[in-house]
Amino acid sequence: MSALLAIARRDLTHSLTGSGWVMPLIFFLLVATLFPFAIGPDPAILGPVGGGALWTAALLAAMLPIDRLIAPDRDMGIFDQYAVRGISEEVVALAKIGAHWISFGPPLMLAALPASALLGMEAESLWRLEAGLALGSLGLAALAVTVSALVAGLRGGSALAGLLMLPLAVPVLIFGAGALDELQRGAFALLGASALVLVAIAPFATGAAIRAMRE
Amino acid sequence: MGSISNASLTARDLACIRGDRLLFSGLDLVLPPGGGALVTGPNGAGKTSLLRVIAGLLPAQSGAVDVAGRIAFAGEAAALDRTLPLFRALLYWARLDGCGADAVAQALDAMALSPIADVPVRMLSTGQSKRAALARVIAGSADIWLLDEPANGLDTDSRTRLETAIADHRAHGGIAIAATHQPLAIADAQAIAIGEAA
Repeated sequence: MSALLAIARRDLTHSLTGSGWVMPLIFFLLVATLFPFAIGPDPAILGPVGGGALWTAALLAAMLPIDRLIAPDRDMGIFDQYAVRGISEEVVALAKIGAHWISFGPPLMLAALPASALLGMEAESLWRLEAGLALGSLGLAALAVTVSALVAGLRGGSALAGLLMLPLAVPVLIFGAGALDELQRGAFALLGASALVLVAIAPFATGAAIRAMRE
Repeated sequence: MGSISNASLTARDLACIRGDRLLFSGLDLVLPPGGGALVTGPNGAGKTSLLRVIAGLLPAQSGAVDVAGRIAFAGEAAALDRTLPLFRALLYWARLDGCGADAVAQALDAMALSPIADVPVRMLSTGQSKRAALARVIAGSADIWLLDEPANGLDTDSRTRLETAIADHRAHGGIAIAATHQPLAIADAQAIAIGEAA
């Protein structure tokens, strides 16, 4: 337990002191800025599609940190040191997922405030977007860590990361965007379920990937 | 450091295959408390693989390793955060090992790194980061030290300090295994030669 917290604290300090957490946020806001340019500033058109656009932006923003989540620690021999100390790879993975979510989810939810204003979204949809992002970002963070471990050390890893991650993130996108519509009552539950599936699988998949890269 | 440890290490009939190549087989090693071993052999013979098998980082093809005591491993990479000052980078591992700042300070002193304790790890030279990795091992007060090429990039003074640290560790009942192709004075060390017959 203390190892879990220590590892999570180290990872969190890393992404907060390095500028790692800022990039997805800027990317997210950039997409929100670009959208009115492409579609036109008419609120009647922007309002209804804004939430979906932000969900797509969140999905793509989740891919940005992939190359710095696992690969640097692997190159530095950090995982070997954890293993020698008898800390299981699953615990390491869980700590990394938790730390990554804290540096990814809340900033994204914060960025959704100005982004929704840029897209002229209504207060009701904004509230639904925020609640959806709170759930969805958990799944996206877990998925990002898993994919990061799977492609660490591969040549062309970042291109492969996109191909691996985006299809697996589709349920989060569908139910996240669905939850914006107040008539789709089950969408929140399904969003939560698909995020939890990712969170439940991620520590084991990541742990196995970390073990495999020692060979 | 400090308390007398009751470490022991037994490896029986170890074999390791990497790729399609048999690196070593039928390797036996018994180290009582205070034991030391020196693994020698040409480049690519499997010295590092042997240490990684003992550390449990690689599966052995056959045979078994019995370890009583905590292991500390100093491999090719120093495993220290490049942005942190040296002291804090070492403290992270010391905390995980259940040690504190005083253990880190002593280890820095033993490796003559105290003057650069506040320098970020990325600024260290090759020899300095090697010494920093050794300081990490010393600070962790583990029972069994596995050192991969510990003398690489070290000057004469640092090598003497390393030898002193190993002797001190063994005097307290610890075990040290070093894989090296450089002369390293470990008193009464068991010699393990790998890959010379092949």
